[in-house]
Amino acid sequence: MIATEEIAPAALPKLSNEEIARYSRHLILPEVGMEGQQKLKAARVLCVGTGGLGAPLALYLTAAGVGTIGLVDFDVVDESNLQRQVIHSQATVGKLKVDSAEMMLKGLNKNVNIIKHNTMLTSANALEIFKDYDVIADGTDNFQTRYLVNDACVLTGKPNAYGSIFRFEGQASVFATEEGPCYRCLYPEPPPPGLVPSCAEGGVLGILPGLVGVIQATEVIKLILGIGEPLIGRLLLVDSLAMSFRTLKLRKNPDCPMCGTHEIKELIDYDQFCGIEKPTTAGPLEVAQHAAVGDTQVQDGIPQISVETLKAKRDAGEDFLLLDVREPHEYQIAEINGKLIPLGSIGQRLSELADYKDKEILVHCRSGARSQKAALELKAAGFTNVSNVAGGILAWADRIDTSVAKY
Amino acid sequence: MQIHIPTPLRAYTEKQETVSVDGATVADALAALTAKFPAMQAHLYSPEGKLRSFVNIYLNDEDVRYLPAGDATTVSTTDELTIIPSIAGGCCPAACCCR
Repeated sequence: MIATEEIAPAALPKLSNEEIARYSRHLILPEVGMEGQQKLKAARVLCVGTGGLGAPLALYLTAAGVGTIGLVDFDVVDESNLQRQVIHSQATVGKLKVDSAEMMLKGLNKNVNIIKHNTMLTSANALEIFKDYDVIADGTDNFQTRYLVNDACVLTGKPNAYGSIFRFEGQASVFATEEGPCYRCLYPEPPPPGLVPSCAEGGVLGILPGLVGVIQATEVIKLILGIGEPLIGRLLLVDSLAMSFRTLKLRKNPDCPMCGTHEIKELIDYDQFCGIEKPTTAGPLEVAQHAAVGDTQVQDGIPQISVETLKAKRDAGEDFLLLDVREPHEYQIAEINGKLIPLGSIGQRLSELADYKDKEILVHCRSGARSQKAALELKAAGFTNVSNVAGGILAWADRIDTSVAKY
Repeated sequence: MQIHIPTPLRAYTEKQETVSVDGATVADALAALTAKFPAMQAHLYSPEGKLRSFVNIYLNDEDVRYLPAGDATTVSTTDELTIIPSIAGGCCPAACCCR
């Protein structure tokens, strides 16, 4: 299994009387006992991401007595995180997530050693960071990092307790053990931009990462203790609405270039792998990473206009159509009087825009990403004057009309 | 037989979580699915007709890729197919390669 199993019992760290009292409910379980608790104390676990999944992960590992917990996150706590990231709090909004997490974790268990990596995980630093840990728990939120974590785990020989979520469904497994599959055995390549419609239907049930994150923590503990059957070679599917749990078999792919043939010996440039340009605009890395449209005047042939320009056009009474490509439930939260046609329906509802085939259409969504896609679709359908409102309704709420709700 | 549709693709199956189709083999069942919901074709298959590499098809709990007969495997009405796409969300909405 993992390194701590090979440490002779005499070499495992001792437990103080205080720790023995704290972990008594573990100690009296035959499957854990003194030796198990000592293994937990000796263990070093890296939590990549301290968000929805990372929150329950880090909390329960800390409670369980894992001796050293590394946290990787470059982000800052935002109030919208508190709908699910229970490791942060009202008091820490605005703080670095790693600092916020450390406060909560130390408050739960003063014995835990927290190592903060306030950085984005990249191909330049991943191997160096991973080498000091025994188990990696992947709680990230994008494909580039998932492939990066997987590859770095295979290259450094560390198991990857994987969890991922989407709206109200989750997946969990353990990848990158020697005998088991890695993430690439299951998904050799990420979906190219535009093919997985997650952006148009974003959102996540707050409880879901709680459920899946604790499943990941359970797997980490099982790996450290060497008990039970970890999800090696199995994919757990969770449907929280149906409350159904299914397990599918995962095979190690003997031709997998990562863990089968070991052709890949280095971490690759994941942005290129995923088909995204590297972020070039200033601002939070996360925004650039999610590829919200930058400050360029024209992007992929679509002119970008600011919300100030939109307001000026409205005030001047210019003849244009403001097209809102968000979903109906978003329109109910906040709207700026645009014509609502959700992104996914544009293709079927082009006839409604016929009057504006050669007249100006300004497209907006929440932040400017979906509207860019919609603008491209309209252009491809023969509309001759389509522009994208950069920054979307969020920018409008920030700079034009603060009474508009941000979400 | 039943085909389980994952959340990201339910937009193309009129929001249905399970679709009933007839087919003698896995391939037939999937063809029946894309005949019923043509938008699924582009999401499941490349223009050359190959299953996309970020989508996996399971016959009950086995990955079809690893079955001896692959998608020519015969199926009965009590078998179930499940489509599993890769999902990446960990904390944030709209977190994937698409823009």
